[in-house]
Amino acid sequence: MLVLEKNALSEEIEQLVAKYGSDRSALIQILQAIQRKHKFISDFAQQEVARLLSIHPVEVYSVITFYSFLCSEPKGRNIVRLCKTISCDMAGKDAVEAAVKRELGISFGETTKDKRITLEYTNCLGMCDQGPAMLVNERVYTHLDPEKAVNILNEIK
Amino acid sequence: MEIILEKNKKRTGPVIFSKYNMGEGIKKALELGRENLLFEIKGAGLKGRGGAGFPTATKWMLSAAANAEKKFVVCNADEGEPGTFKDRVLLLEYPELVFEGMVIAGYIIGAKTGIVYLRGEYEYLLEALEEFLMKMREEKLLGKNILGKEAFDFDISIRLGSGAYVCGEETALIESLEGNRGEPRNRPPYPVNTGYLGYPTIVNNVETLASVPHIVTKGGEWFKKYGTDKSTGSKLFSVSGDCAKPGVYELPWGTKIKELLELVGAKNTKAVQVGGASGICIPKTQFDRAFAYEDAATGGSIMVFNEGRDMLKVLKNFLEFFVEESCGQCTPCRVGNTKLLEGVEKIERGEYTFAYISNLKELGHTMQVASKCGLGQSSPNSFISILENFKDEIFRTNGKGRNNGKA
Repeated sequence: MLVLEKNALSEEIEQLVAKYGSDRSALIQILQAIQRKHKFISDFAQQEVARLLSIHPVEVYSVITFYSFLCSEPKGRNIVRLCKTISCDMAGKDAVEAAVKRELGISFGETTKDKRITLEYTNCLGMCDQGPAMLVNERVYTHLDPEKAVNILNEIK
Repeated sequence: MEIILEKNKKRTGPVIFSKYNMGEGIKKALELGRENLLFEIKGAGLKGRGGAGFPTATKWMLSAAANAEKKFVVCNADEGEPGTFKDRVLLLEYPELVFEGMVIAGYIIGAKTGIVYLRGEYEYLLEALEEFLMKMREEKLLGKNILGKEAFDFDISIRLGSGAYVCGEETALIESLEGNRGEPRNRPPYPVNTGYLGYPTIVNNVETLASVPHIVTKGGEWFKKYGTDKSTGSKLFSVSGDCAKPGVYELPWGTKIKELLELVGAKNTKAVQVGGASGICIPKTQFDRAFAYEDAATGGSIMVFNEGRDMLKVLKNFLEFFVEESCGQCTPCRVGNTKLLEGVEKIERGEYTFAYISNLKELGHTMQVASKCGLGQSSPNSFISILENFKDEIFRTNGKGRNNGKA
């Protein structure tokens, strides 16, 4: 990481701490904000958060690894999460899953070479009456079929 | 956004979906005063709608009695149970009920701060909810001296979850709010005494809170007209699976399973999973049973399976869910769920003995008593009920693997 990038990230995290506070209870909100912007929380970011909250970096790492929407490894610019719970499964998830894999040429858990999309599974999205459903970043898409899902993915930049 | 399309549906129901004008609940609550409010809610017999069914009035009385400089009202909007989506509908279409319920709760227990713990998957609701809170502040339904009542201050903030089912457990939720891993705490102490940051905290389900303004305005006696003796009022059911009209339905407690199936247009139904992955699977011979705390208890998730569905596949899906979502803190849950999943995979391949199956069932019973929180205590329910109720279907392959080894 370049020094300039490090400085920018430090400054960003300082601003987040100013916004959410430096109590431990602000930790997840700060991590969520970093995750939202960078799609992952780097080692350096973890150290900075720990420093500003006066906790050990491993505390930060331990929290990140607990929550499925936080991650410490780089991902694509967009995270696509397909619901794999039984209601979506029965509504035709398998066909959507196959089409998406075929179109992007990657499996679930992988990122496209151009870093455009990371594919993941997720548990129940609370869209069981309108399945199959997927999240693209924080937006939800419902009543998917293979064609519709692929069209949505093609529009993501 | 797509889900907004569903927003203008006209809903009707006995309690929650009955007519309500914003602000009425808080206004009436301030007139009644704390004692009378608790009396009404107790008289209504309102129990927690998240699934556990703890009497709401008792919870609120305990924290009202606690002596502390700060208290908190937490709305549990972390609905992660597979097949549940009623809270999404309530927050999207009836936010006034939920937030006013929180204000009334705050008034009763003497709290000034309310926190909504919204599941990360529902982040797209956040903006609209924040706007709604602003509107309530403008109308003096939130903030300082609510509706002109001296020294009654209450405000609500929203915090997001980050994709952990176990955070729906109230002590795990509090841990998460405090910036920790969402691992459930030992109880006692209970959150009503020692909750968020060590202060008395009540954690209530979205639907429980949404019932409160109706009880306050219309009275406990009115609420009790619906439902059964032990399960008063109504329940929101999130219906999905093999039926013509999936969606959220409000029905009085005591409604029979077959009545609901008819209403949602379910045909050739083989089984109904009541209460989500952690609930029980009810076969068609028992469709006469009623939804109620004393019979088929549920937090509202109803999944319908028709004759064409493979129940072992359903069970496998549930167990994969629990293996992923167990927080890993206690051994019965962490190891137990993986053992049950292994068992299902062995049944799939036809590599089992009946002695092994009965050992697994015993393991399930052990998990029910030995797990630390509701997750591990309830995750074996589906395993035990599906293997028991569908043994003919599951074990007919006679050790040759399913479908005689064909796919």
